[in-house]
Order: sequence, then structure tokens, then C-alpha cells
Amino acid sequence: MLLRARCRAVRPRSGEGIKLGAQLAVEKGKANLEKMGYKVEFVPFDDQAKPDVGVANAKNIIADKDIMAVIGHLNSGVAIPSSEVYKEVNVAMISPANTNPVVTDRGYPNVNRVCGRDDVQGVVGSEFAHGQKIKSAYIVHDKTQYGQSIAEFFKADSEKKGIKVLGFEGTEEKSNFDPIITPIKAKNPDLIYFGGIYDQAAPFFKQAREKGVKSKFMGPDGMDSSDLTKIAGKAVVGMSYTSAAGPASALPKAKAFVDEFKKKFGKNPEPYAAEAYDAATIALRAIEETAKKGKVSREDVSSAVRKAKLSGITGEIAFDAKGDRQKAQYFVLQVVSDDPAKWGDNKIVKQLAIAPPEGKK
Amino acid sequence: MDFELLVGIFPQVLLDGLILGFMYALIALGYTMVYGVLEFINFAHSEIFILGAFVGVEILLTMKSAGLLDVLPWVLVLLLALVAGMLASGLAAVAVERIAYRPLRHAPRLIPLISAIGVSFFLQDLIRLFESIWRNSFNLVYPTMDALNQRFELTPTIDVSVKSLVVIVAALLMLWALYVLVNRTKIGTAIRAVAEDQAAASLMGINVNRMISLDLPHRRGHGWGGGRAVRRAVRPHQSLYGIHPRPEGVHRGGARRHRQYPRGDDGRLVLGLLEAFAASYLSLLTGGAFGAEYKDIFAFSILILILIFRPKGLLGEVVRERA
Repeated sequence: MLLRARCRAVRPRSGEGIKLGAQLAVEKGKANLEKMGYKVEFVPFDDQAKPDVGVANAKNIIADKDIMAVIGHLNSGVAIPSSEVYKEVNVAMISPANTNPVVTDRGYPNVNRVCGRDDVQGVVGSEFAHGQKIKSAYIVHDKTQYGQSIAEFFKADSEKKGIKVLGFEGTEEKSNFDPIITPIKAKNPDLIYFGGIYDQAAPFFKQAREKGVKSKFMGPDGMDSSDLTKIAGKAVVGMSYTSAAGPASALPKAKAFVDEFKKKFGKNPEPYAAEAYDAATIALRAIEETAKKGKVSREDVSSAVRKAKLSGITGEIAFDAKGDRQKAQYFVLQVVSDDPAKWGDNKIVKQLAIAPPEGKK
Repeated sequence: MDFELLVGIFPQVLLDGLILGFMYALIALGYTMVYGVLEFINFAHSEIFILGAFVGVEILLTMKSAGLLDVLPWVLVLLLALVAGMLASGLAAVAVERIAYRPLRHAPRLIPLISAIGVSFFLQDLIRLFESIWRNSFNLVYPTMDALNQRFELTPTIDVSVKSLVVIVAALLMLWALYVLVNRTKIGTAIRAVAEDQAAASLMGINVNRMISLDLPHRRGHGWGGGRAVRRAVRPHQSLYGIHPRPEGVHRGGARRHRQYPRGDDGRLVLGLLEAFAASYLSLLTGGAFGAEYKDIFAFSILILILIFRPKGLLGEVVRERA
């Protein structure tokens, strides 16, 4: 029999991390299953960050009855429709990177994640801002499922903590932010929070600084790209961003993993490599467990994944009833240099382990 | 509602809107010129416009990697990029006209329109392909010059950057130059004659093909100037950035003709102003119910109204008595 792990690359860097991390885990962990007479195979797919490609891949995957678990995707926008397909045959999906609340909030028995949730990322952001004595904030978002929902959670939690929200603005603008910046400058908030992705945030922050806005800047993990400093330069030095995937070096069992990864692939682990490694390890263990009981079926693997407990390289992993990690790690990082080559040096200024919010639909 | 805030940002919004309007006016010039002569909307205009901007960017990047950027004065650098961009756009425009439009000169009007859309796709992908192979980066970042990024504080709440001033001056210069060319020179007279009636013009000894070719690079120069201005001022970094200005230029192209050339730019300024006002004020005035994302809907609705009620431009048209 085959076990197939699947993954994808959008921004080649991040997608690559998922693929290589999962590949490493499969190669390291397949011995037990092979002793039992199974053939274990790692099969990467590329969804190109497009929902339609992801769904087409998903249909191929469920048609291939040998595939027992899926590790992926990189983008929530792809993971959500694709997992609708996986659910049809109850094949286990373990996501290393999809932080959108909807991924697990649908309550599917086969969908799990080892990373955190966006709604918590918004909360982590406001928690940090509160700790920094921020009194007022202006929120801008990109109107996507990702950016807007993080921004809304940031807003709700900030208001709860007594931070005054001076404005909440959605925009698809990519180049000329002058008309949006003018009112922000007049209101002079302590902090500007941008719920979105770096390619839009970078010109926005840059133009804001050029216009003389003095506020601090903050954003979610969409900011996590060296292109942010490549585009915005000095304007974003000192800004902070939250992330559900810390740099590999911050993880509990980082060193051994980083060394092994380097030895195998000749480079440092990319984002989500460690998460994908843990996800694939859980999948392998779950398959092993069901194999010991006799016939391996997708349903059994799915329920074994949900009950799995692993002391992985990203910490202790156990899933709650919805498939969220019981306590996921969140980080606040700070940009230290305007040199894109030094993006990896961004320092962790705060680290939190937070449980998913309860009673969310 | 914070009335003081609304009033406080007014001058800045007015200024930003004017600058945006000047840029639209520059872009629209190209549409007007083609529409006036060929009577079809040149959908490839924005792509040729981008081409000029990209040539400018490439020159800046090359100079940067050669270390010349810090040595040479910025005026010289700017001029060099400007001339090269204009040349590239102009030549591309002539080539496009020769290959895609001239063979269709006497075909029904929809045919060259389709051809233009094809050229537009081709150029778009060509630039994207070239940049992705050549630079291999998602976000093309070009060097900026500190001299251009400087801002003057007129008052504590109003400021204007050097590059915005460059845009305004360039727009005014080009509008003036085009006015002189079309209305005061022999070539301009010939172009106007071709615009009025190609057959009659050719009977009068005017070389129609040559006039159309002349019309193109020259308008490209303008397109390019606009491209450069936009690039300077709004810092695009994706190969598709010409798309948005297109509909706005198209509107203008459709509304105006060569013969009434200097007028109608008021429409562009109004569009720029409307957009800026909508983006800054909508959310403030509606308590966040409508945000900046409605600026285009708002601006275009009003434009459609202008087109219906004042199709010749806000300030009207000069109607000459026939002799």
C-alpha cells in the first residue's frame, strides 16, 4: 500500500518548506510501516495557490485509493474548497499552515491543523499592542477573507482592552494610498494595523512614512516576507508582525531538526517546514496504528489522527474536537533591518501559547 | 462626526486629487489622439504606456547596479530615463500601428478594435515574461531618488512632494506642447485634416499614413510621459499596473475629439478629484459604512452623469462658424 503526502508551492519559498518538511518526515518515519509489508510513498502536488487547481488535485487524490493522508495546503483560500472534496471520502488532512478559522470551524472529522488560527493572531496582535502601551489604533485591511477577518478580530479585542479604534478601512488599492493616509495622518493614531499581505502593505507603509505619519506599524503573518523591506525599506524597520509559524530556531527541538534538514537539503528550513514535518509524522503514526489493528482504511486513519498525541519539534501536539491544536504557538516578531537579506534575523519579541477560542461557531 | 477633521484634511485631499487628475489627463491624451484620427479606442495604449515606464525602470536599475546613480545629478538621470522611455514607447507605437492597425485601415471599425485588444494582451504578457525571466522577482523594485521624495510642508497638515510637482509641471508642459503642435503647426493642421476626413485630406495631397504614424509616436511620448509620471508618483511594482488607468482614459477618448483638443481635460481633473475625495471622505462621512473601496464606483457614476449631460466636457465646446 501507499501512503501519499501532498503539498504545494505558491510563493516557492513557503510551499517548498511544506514539501521538504513532509518529505523528510516520511523518509525518516516510514521504516516501521515498511517492516509491516507496506510500501510508503511521498507524492507532492502543486496547487499553484489557486483554488481551482487545488480542487482538481483533490479530486485526483480521492480517486487514488492508496492515498491515506494529505499534508497541506499553504493557502487557506485553497485549503477550504479542497477539504470539501477530502471530506467526501474522509481522508485525513493535516494542515501545517492554514490559519483561517473556517478551516476547522466547519467541524469536519478529517480536517486538522498543527498551526494557529487567524482569529488568535488578531488577539495576539492586540495583546502585544496593549503591552506596548498603545492607546489608539487605525486599522486597514485588504478585504480578503484572510486580511479582513484578522483585522476584525484585532479590532474586537483591541476595543475590549481599551485601545481606541480610530478607523477601520478596507481597500484593494495597490499603488496610490494618499487618500487613505491623509485622514490617518490627521487622526494620528499610536498604531496602524494592516490586515493583509506584504505586497500591498509595503507601499502603504512606505507612503505613510513619506507623508510624515509617525505611528507604529503592525500586521499579521502576511507581512512575513523579505520583500516587505525590499519595497518599503527603512519605513518598516521596527514594525512588528505576528505569526503562527515561528522561525525554526525558536522551536523546542529546533537544533536537531535544523541540522537534519540542512544535511538532507543543503539549506536552512523554510517557513512551515517544521510544521509540515510534525504533521507528516502524525499522519505516519496514525497509519501505523491502524495498520496494527488490521486493514488500513481512510476513516480509521482520520479518527486516529484526531486522537493523536505527539511531542513534536513544534512542541506538544494534540487536537481538540474540531481539529485545532489544543495549544498552538504564536509569535510577535520585529523587523530589525532594511536589508532584505537580513529578514531572517528578525527577532522574536514575544511568544505565546494560546488555546483556540471556545464556542466559536 | 468630527467636523474639524473633515475641514482640516480638505486642502491635502484637494491637492492629491489634482495630482491624480493631472496624471489621468496625461494618459487620456493618448486615447484622444488616436480616437480623433482613427476613430477607434486603442486598447493597447496602456500597454505601450507601461512599456515606456518599464524601459525607464530598467535604465534606472542598470544605472544603479553600475553605481552611476549616486554620482550623476538626478536631473540628468531622470532626463536620460525619460528620453529612452519616450523613444521606446514611440517606436513600439509605430510598429504596432504598422503591424496591427494599418492593414485594417479600411475594415469595419470593430476589426481594428479586436486587433488592438490582441496587441494589448501580447504586450502585457511580453513585459511580464521579460521581467520574470530577466529579474525573476514578484515585486519589481526600482531605486528612488531622495531629491524626488522630499516633501514640502506648506502648513503642518498640508504637504506636497517634489515628484508630485514634477507630475503637474510635466502634464502642463505636454498639454501645452500638444496644443501648439495640433493648432499652430503645419503638421498639426495636416493631422486635423486627416481626423476630419481621410479621403478629402489625401485628395488635398496629405500623406494620410504618414500623418497617422506621426500622430502615434508623438502621442506615445505623451503616454510615456504619463507612464513615467505615474510610476514616479504611485510606485507601481507589477506589470499589470496599466490596467486601471485604461477605462478612465477610454472614457476620455470616447468623449473627446482632436479638433477640440485643449478642452475636456477638465473632465480628467474632476475624475482625479472625485476619486481622492471619495477615498478620503466616504468612510468619514458614512461612519465607515462605505469605505475607500467605493471611490471608483462613486467617481465613475458621476462621470457617466457628466457624459450624459455634458458630453463635450464640463466647460463646453468651441463651435466655429463654418465659412
